[in-house]
Amino acid sequence: MFNRDRWREILEVLTTNVWRTIFTAFGVCWGIFILIVLLAAGKGLENGIKKDFGDIATNTMFMWTRATTKPYEGLPMGRSFEFKLSDVQAIQDNVPNMRFISPRNELSGFQGSNNVVRGIRAGAYNVYGDYPEIINQDPMTVTSGRFLNLNDIQDKRKVAIIGQGVKDDLYDKGEEVLGTYIKIQGVNFMVIGTYKKNDSGGGEEGQKEIFVPFTSFSQAFNRGENVGWMAITANDGSSISQLKDKIIKVMKERHKVHPEDTRAIGYFDLYEQYNRVESLFGALKGVAYIVGIMVLLSGIIGVSNIMLIVVKERTKEIGIRRALGEQPWSIKKQILMESIFLTIISGMVGIIFGALVIYGINSLLDSVGPVDMFMNPSVSVGVVSGALLILMISGLLAGFIPAQSAIRVRPIEALRTE
Amino acid sequence: MIEIKDLHKSYKMGNNSLHVLKGINFKVNEGELVAIMGSSGSGKSTLLNILGMLDGADSGEYTLDGVPIKNLSETKAAEYRNKFLGFIFQSFNLINYKSALENVALPLYYQKVPRKERQEKAMQYLERVGLKPWADHLPSELSGGQKQRVAIARAMAAEPKVLLADEPTGALDSTTSYEVMDLIQKINDEGNTILVVTHEEDIAHMCKRIVHLKDGIIVEDKKIEQVRAEQYV
Repeated sequence: MFNRDRWREILEVLTTNVWRTIFTAFGVCWGIFILIVLLAAGKGLENGIKKDFGDIATNTMFMWTRATTKPYEGLPMGRSFEFKLSDVQAIQDNVPNMRFISPRNELSGFQGSNNVVRGIRAGAYNVYGDYPEIINQDPMTVTSGRFLNLNDIQDKRKVAIIGQGVKDDLYDKGEEVLGTYIKIQGVNFMVIGTYKKNDSGGGEEGQKEIFVPFTSFSQAFNRGENVGWMAITANDGSSISQLKDKIIKVMKERHKVHPEDTRAIGYFDLYEQYNRVESLFGALKGVAYIVGIMVLLSGIIGVSNIMLIVVKERTKEIGIRRALGEQPWSIKKQILMESIFLTIISGMVGIIFGALVIYGINSLLDSVGPVDMFMNPSVSVGVVSGALLILMISGLLAGFIPAQSAIRVRPIEALRTE
Repeated sequence: MIEIKDLHKSYKMGNNSLHVLKGINFKVNEGELVAIMGSSGSGKSTLLNILGMLDGADSGEYTLDGVPIKNLSETKAAEYRNKFLGFIFQSFNLINYKSALENVALPLYYQKVPRKERQEKAMQYLERVGLKPWADHLPSELSGGQKQRVAIARAMAAEPKVLLADEPTGALDSTTSYEVMDLIQKINDEGNTILVVTHEEDIAHMCKRIVHLKDGIIVEDKKIEQVRAEQYV
């Protein structure tokens, strides 16, 4: 493949008219630059938005009860009902591919009156009664002590894991937290751990939560077997959006809700939302590719044009070479290689410039701090190699017509031009 | 070496057909130095193009060194041109961004001779035409006579069976013309077959045989006493 004479010739041809070559190259360079920058910008936006989803397991739905709107089996409409702990097992038994089903109860402190007291300090916090699995669905970092475990659930221990925000409110700086007691609506709980959520996990509010065992919560606050709401995550292979109907159907059967009563059970399908965002970015990426490739196309047409001119200029030379016995395909190869070489070199320059711009934006973002909905614009190695592939193909296309016209000229006609 | 039987060729120009060659029969043996003469429009260049496989005949037979030349694909024609024929043109047709040496080495490159060997061989031929010191010069740095000598070296480099010269002295003054003819005669002395197309009487008389073309047919074909070009140089 590597042929010194051929490469010398390619360089000679491309350097005979340096400015023309540079301007031609610029077309391709610009096209690939636009493509790279657009893709990176799209990725930046995607990263920014996805950051807001945080580490929450996205294949998740939340489900709660509301009043029925249809009478059924002798029961009136407008009837309130509650999920029971046994519903968890029922879903587990009847719906396949369930990963986590976490029943939850909540004492809301947000904008409410103070519900947690420690000594002379008090605060209003969200207090959750939870199973240990919840940490997989609503991820947090345990900064000291431990999270809930099954023994806590079984023994109905009055223990609590508090957020960084709670700790800051109720404790002095440097004060030992573990082993101390806080009073939640008049019931003492021992603090056994602290957690911290990353910035995206619900903002400031996310740091002001208290987790206690589901069973102790039920007992302490008289919830019995009732479940406030459920967080349900499906296995990675199957989507919760598809399993959702099945789950709701099971619940309706168990609670004697009319099968067509769509309002009795409320839910929020995180996966659907996530998918919507996901498909938005898919579309965005598509637009970036289309725009980039369109711009690149005009560059390619430029290359093709110049190659046609080069062939025209070298008609005589090509005639001479054919008279001396050069094979037609060898001439064709020469033209194609010139075109591909020009395209790839200029494309590489475009990629390098694109990378520099992305690098610049990244360091700018680093220095001014995080910007809303935009984070870490980047292109992957896959995209870059894809771009190179596009370049290679387009170089081939750009050279094809000129190469064809180069060998279509019969040597005798080429030599006749004086 | 060359055998042509009843060769016809016409060009289409719009609705008219221009009959250029109207039945050419002739034969060239190995080691001959033949001048093809004729005024412009007599068909001599067309004949040379057909001989050089740059153009195809409409009808007739053409045999080169026992190989019938007919309906060649471009690839095959290129291969035959490279193996059998050396071209010398009126306007030299050197590739102007390549040095003299590279120009001479070009046919060998198409034969896929390794680079080093190619350059040694090209240098030998340049030496034979007396241009070794100019090996690295570009054609634009050479005089007309020198360019034609480079072209001759190039035509020789592939060791072809026949050299075809199309008005080799057409663009040169008489002194240089004689120098070039002297070189052609010497190459012929070594046993090479050479065809020279010319319309100059004195150049034609430096060959061993003159073929006169007129209106597409051979009107005269005679052996002559060769005038050596040496005496004029």
